Amino acid sequence: MARVIDIDDCTCELKEQITHLLPDANLDLCLTCGTCTGGCPASEQYDMDPRRFLRMVVLGMDDEVRNSPWAWVCTMCARCKHACPMDIDIPKLIYNVRASLPREERPKGIRGSCDQHIKAGNAMGVPRDDFIFTVEDVAEEIRENQPAFKDLKVSVDRKGTAMVLNQNSREPVTEPDELGPLWKILHLVDADWTYPSVMWAGENYCMFLADDEGWRYILEEFVHHVDINLKSPLVVNTE
Amino acid sequence: MRKYKIDHNFKLVTIIELYAQWIREGKLVVNADWNRDLKVKFTVQDPCNIGRKAGTNRIVDDLRFVLKAAIGEENFREMAPNRANNFCCGGGGGALQAGHTDQRKAYGKIKFDQVMETGAQYVIAPCHNCHAQIEDMGAHYGGAYHVVHLWTILCLAMGILDENERSYLGPDLAMVGL
Repeated sequence: MARVIDIDDCTCELKEQITHLLPDANLDLCLTCGTCTGGCPASEQYDMDPRRFLRMVVLGMDDEVRNSPWAWVCTMCARCKHACPMDIDIPKLIYNVRASLPREERPKGIRGSCDQHIKAGNAMGVPRDDFIFTVEDVAEEIRENQPAFKDLKVSVDRKGTAMVLNQNSREPVTEPDELGPLWKILHLVDADWTYPSVMWAGENYCMFLADDEGWRYILEEFVHHVDINLKSPLVVNTE
Repeated sequence: MRKYKIDHNFKLVTIIELYAQWIREGKLVVNADWNRDLKVKFTVQDPCNIGRKAGTNRIVDDLRFVLKAAIGEENFREMAPNRANNFCCGGGGGALQAGHTDQRKAYGKIKFDQVMETGAQYVIAPCHNCHAQIEDMGAHYGGAYHVVHLWTILCLAMGILDENERSYLGPDLAMVGL
């Protein structure tokens, strides 16, 4: 059933709130051309698509927007924004709709990984000492079993190295043997590198959770550790 | 860091850019001789964060340069569309842990079809979300391809990939260079 929306009566709280945060998001400029929707792999899931989502925000259908799980099916890949003739920032709109939900109503899986990251420095919740042990242990195995790499060096928190590497926690936790090839390449080019012990993981589920406080905390801790403690001029993302 | 205006002294790069730099400088000597006769085909997934969202194709072009050096130009297959225009795999933005599994799989079907269209036996997906999602789509929709790390293929091409570093390779490459 169609529902009449009285534009003059529209409070559009969500739209006002997001426009205030994102003055450059251009939410009002939509021409309804549908280019976003045509190129979006999440279109049609849960009967939603980027154009419809944006229209609903602009028309003040705040409850329907917040109740739709679509903001969590969208991956904020930015293909819509890339194609949009009016450069409307739909990914940031999605992020802010996620952020407008009470934290406990956001998906449990993402929230759990974000909480672990805040606590342990990685989404899988590996204690710092376990991470260091795994790194040392895998390296020792390579030195013993692969004669060409008997001098392989790995380190955590070595100060003043040319570069600091992050590492997705999946490797040390579920597939530690996958670390070896990366280290061997670094060895061959004689790279001067170390892992940080603080916020060492490459992933960041607080960003996906739209937890601004958590995301910022992770970044601040990481930046402080690299700049102040390790004093390294380069951070390398290894994903 | 830009979002929260956090100042930092360090520069941020991806390992892909460093691989490319080391190969260009001759520090990393990689060649594709191992694949001249085998002709194993590879494709790449362009992660949104280093492709479209980076605002430049520089990193995803480096990715192609590095991979082609290791497998041979003639054994590389592009997905279409690609680079800045590429489709997201459907695993990003937290989708892998968001709980909407059926929707994630429907989303990922587009990526699965793209991969299958290339005919490649191997997919390099240098983002853990892409990596896990494309692997999962292969298992779900019955694709015979393997998703592997770039470092695995670089070490394979340099003849330094150990036996226990081959868990994700198919039987066709399990013994190459050993």
